[in-house]
Amino acid sequence: MNTDTHAAHAGDHHHDDGHAHSTFSGYMLGFVLSVVLTAIPFWLVMGGALPSKQITALVIMAFAVVQIVVHMIYFLHMSPKSENGWTMMALIFTIVMVVIALSGSLWVMNHLNSNMMPMHEMTGMK
Amino acid sequence: MTVAVNPSTTGEPVFYVADEHPHPEGYSTSLGFWIYLMSDCLIFAMLFAAFGVLGANYAAGPAPKDLFDLDLVAVNTSMLLLSSITYGFAMLTMQQNKVGQTQMWLAITGLFGLAFISIELTEFAHMIHEGATPQRSAFLSAFFTLVGTHGLHVSCGLIWLVTLMVQVGKFGLIEANRRRLMCLSMFWHFLDVVWIGVFTFVYLLGVLR
Repeated sequence: MNTDTHAAHAGDHHHDDGHAHSTFSGYMLGFVLSVVLTAIPFWLVMGGALPSKQITALVIMAFAVVQIVVHMIYFLHMSPKSENGWTMMALIFTIVMVVIALSGSLWVMNHLNSNMMPMHEMTGMK
Repeated sequence: MTVAVNPSTTGEPVFYVADEHPHPEGYSTSLGFWIYLMSDCLIFAMLFAAFGVLGANYAAGPAPKDLFDLDLVAVNTSMLLLSSITYGFAMLTMQQNKVGQTQMWLAITGLFGLAFISIELTEFAHMIHEGATPQRSAFLSAFFTLVGTHGLHVSCGLIWLVTLMVQVGKFGLIEANRRRLMCLSMFWHFLDVVWIGVFTFVYLLGVLR
């Protein structure tokens, strides 16, 4: 590649680097959605609107997941096209690692807790 | 990729890899920074896992219900969310080449970030004053490590923000400063994403337990 094409490439590279250009409406939509998705879980827990704690826990976790997706799209401008899909690949890899690490840790340690007897019960079994 | 052979002065061939596709400066910065954020995400995932495992081990000490003030957490969450949208406005004014307005929105973002850190430190001080120190129980160790690491990230982001405001003040919105502001934007919004996990899993689920 000669220097002329290099210079031309450097001159206009910010137009074709695959970034979604942010817009005011995009940020505002993300912000309004985030406010709603934050306010509802706080209201559910502080007001005790749902009868069961398990249902409340599941609902606020679902709200957290939705809000993370909203932030990813409207604030972090994630799209399958950015950087030719490499940011998405890195994200998917990270999500797989996080899911394995989190679910594995919680699962193993939960079984450990339920299979280990407290010390005073162990001494009586000798 | 081609390997070029150059005869050197001693007559022996010298091999080097010719870069067939030269990139402009900063071409790969945003992807590299994204991969850094993903590695940071793994750090937080491990701290969340530790909190998930140890979060119920109170050692007869204070439980989340006794310690957490959800009103304060709600205020804190709104500070961080507001700082996210004001940083978004800074990026929008940056795209329109308005240096003064970009600086103003960056300053407002910094103030919201500072408010977040101040509220968090007040909460920590209050807890420690009540005897809920990190040494008290496994739950409190995991809590202070997770929330403290997030707070440390926000503090570093604030230092970065001030540095960039000085840079923009000195050199204006040059290409390098735009790139740096874009990286800080990703960092700042990423911290807000981590905070969603913190307020849901640590505070709300903790109070619910």
